[in-house]
Amino acid sequence: MFYREVGQFKTSYAADQAIFPIRQDRIGLALILAVAFIGIPLIGGEFMIASVMIPFLVLALAAIGLNILIGYTGLISLGTGAFMGVGAYACYKLSTLFPQVNIIVWIISSGLVSCAVGVLFGLPSLRIKGFYLAIATLAAQFFLQWCFVRVGWLYNNNPSGAIEVPLHTLFGIPITGATAKPLTRYYVVLTIVVVMTWFASNLVHGRIGRNWMAVRDMDIAAQLMGIRLLPAKLLAFAVSSFYAGVAGALMVFLWLGAAEPEAFNINESFVLLFMVIIGGLGSLIGSFLGAALIHILPIIVRTTPGALGLSIGSATAEHLTYIITGGLILFFLIVEPHGLARLWQIAKQKLRVWPFPY
Amino acid sequence: MSGADDILLKVDNVSLSFGGVRAITDVSFDIRKGEIRAIIGPNGAGKTSMLNVINGFYHPQNGSISFHGQTRARMKPYEAASQGIARTFQNVALFKGMSTLDNILAGRALKMKSSFFWQMFRHGPALAEEIEHRKFCEEIIDFLEIEHIRKAPVGTLPYGLQKRVELGRALAMEPTLLLLDEPMAGMNLEEKQDMSRFIIDVNQHFGTTIALIEHDIGVVMDLSDRIVVLEYGHKIADGNPEEVKSDQKVIDAYLGVAH
Repeated sequence: MFYREVGQFKTSYAADQAIFPIRQDRIGLALILAVAFIGIPLIGGEFMIASVMIPFLVLALAAIGLNILIGYTGLISLGTGAFMGVGAYACYKLSTLFPQVNIIVWIISSGLVSCAVGVLFGLPSLRIKGFYLAIATLAAQFFLQWCFVRVGWLYNNNPSGAIEVPLHTLFGIPITGATAKPLTRYYVVLTIVVVMTWFASNLVHGRIGRNWMAVRDMDIAAQLMGIRLLPAKLLAFAVSSFYAGVAGALMVFLWLGAAEPEAFNINESFVLLFMVIIGGLGSLIGSFLGAALIHILPIIVRTTPGALGLSIGSATAEHLTYIITGGLILFFLIVEPHGLARLWQIAKQKLRVWPFPY
Repeated sequence: MSGADDILLKVDNVSLSFGGVRAITDVSFDIRKGEIRAIIGPNGAGKTSMLNVINGFYHPQNGSISFHGQTRARMKPYEAASQGIARTFQNVALFKGMSTLDNILAGRALKMKSSFFWQMFRHGPALAEEIEHRKFCEEIIDFLEIEHIRKAPVGTLPYGLQKRVELGRALAMEPTLLLLDEPMAGMNLEEKQDMSRFIIDVNQHFGTTIALIEHDIGVVMDLSDRIVVLEYGHKIADGNPEEVKSDQKVIDAYLGVAH
């Protein structure tokens, strides 16, 4: 119907190698960006922005990082939560040591710290794969979490053991700390996520992404074509941890405002893993869809009874949320085991040939 | 077509064993520039192991291999690939989650040099490189007549086409030596004819030297310039098709001997 590429001829390889070769996709992307940058700030209330959109974007960013590792390179990691923690603690440490430097610089730098730690824990990936690698990254999870609790230097020996975010400004406007408005924080997070998604998209569509996928699909053949496994896998670990680190820093500095080591426990790693699997392995849009399903769906389920005028106890609502969300996740996985991204692709394919079946 | 200068690859007394199993014992042969060299033998004769030794995937316990006149002791697959040895596999080893085009583009991995920085922006050198190599890959796609499936995920393709895409991926490396491990296994007559045509074309137009393992004796006799025959890891014959065909040891190996 409206999603049809008929008549859109490519006359150069440059046009055909574009990431969005179909015009409707480009329009759709522009629309999404317009909604994100203009629509949501206009119509969304404080709750919408601070509790729905900011967490969604942060989680989506972490999911992209994990997807690069699992979905594109085929390396299973259970340490994403800890790598987010590395980013958060690095950002806290750097910004308290040098408070005069712009906080954005430290958020990006903390990604680099996380990147280094990720490479270190990625070293075993040359020798082991699959579940065994998952266990090796689990070691990273527990070791790093131990550090967050036991190494007092990391949280400046706060008696509470938590890290609290001080006030930082960008162009004179507070973006972190208690006085920062949700809308400003939202714009900062959105900009970082959009830029980093663009980078990720460029990477996975180019030589580096192809090398990653080659390693994922058939590592022996990849080797014989001149792709060196260790550099390719370590690069995936580096990029993935960088994304997780930045997401962790954003999570503490622009979403929560403070965090305890518990925020980066194994649950966080699993939640991100679910997002990536449900959203779709090897798909960037899947990372967003997965983050939306896991984070936004419960909020919708929780607020629906109130909106309909039904009064149910908060405990009941909480239980119902778990039941319904869990049921929906099962439903989506049964309908399409390859994730929401595949559903999206099938829908696009159907639209392309509509009203004919094929 | 003889003389030491012509020799592209020389296998010298190579022995390979896995624990107590001797896969290859003291095998020597050479491959001349520009020829199609077949390696044949009954199942388990060590043919695939031989290819794996040549492209550095296995390391022989004894013997040496020289390529382009350079002798090497141990070599990694990456080094073999960068010296210009490409290969296809007995069981199709394509990158299943990627499209035909991406598979062939992945074969250009060694030729693409743009830095991470430019890759991140997909701009400047990275984009120029992407388009330049796309152009090269399109020539291969043209050559192998797989234009209609260039955007299709290879996992969904029929077997014969998968084999062809795999050949395309190997060709994308612009190899000097192309190792083909049973390129026609499981194909019907028509597909075999197509594949034979492609192999001859690759050999004649691009001047690529080809080492080929194949079970279809008819195809081997027609295609190859010289043939090595292995049995139980030993070389039992070496020569042009006529010589090999009339060799008593080869006939015994294939037809059996009366005891």
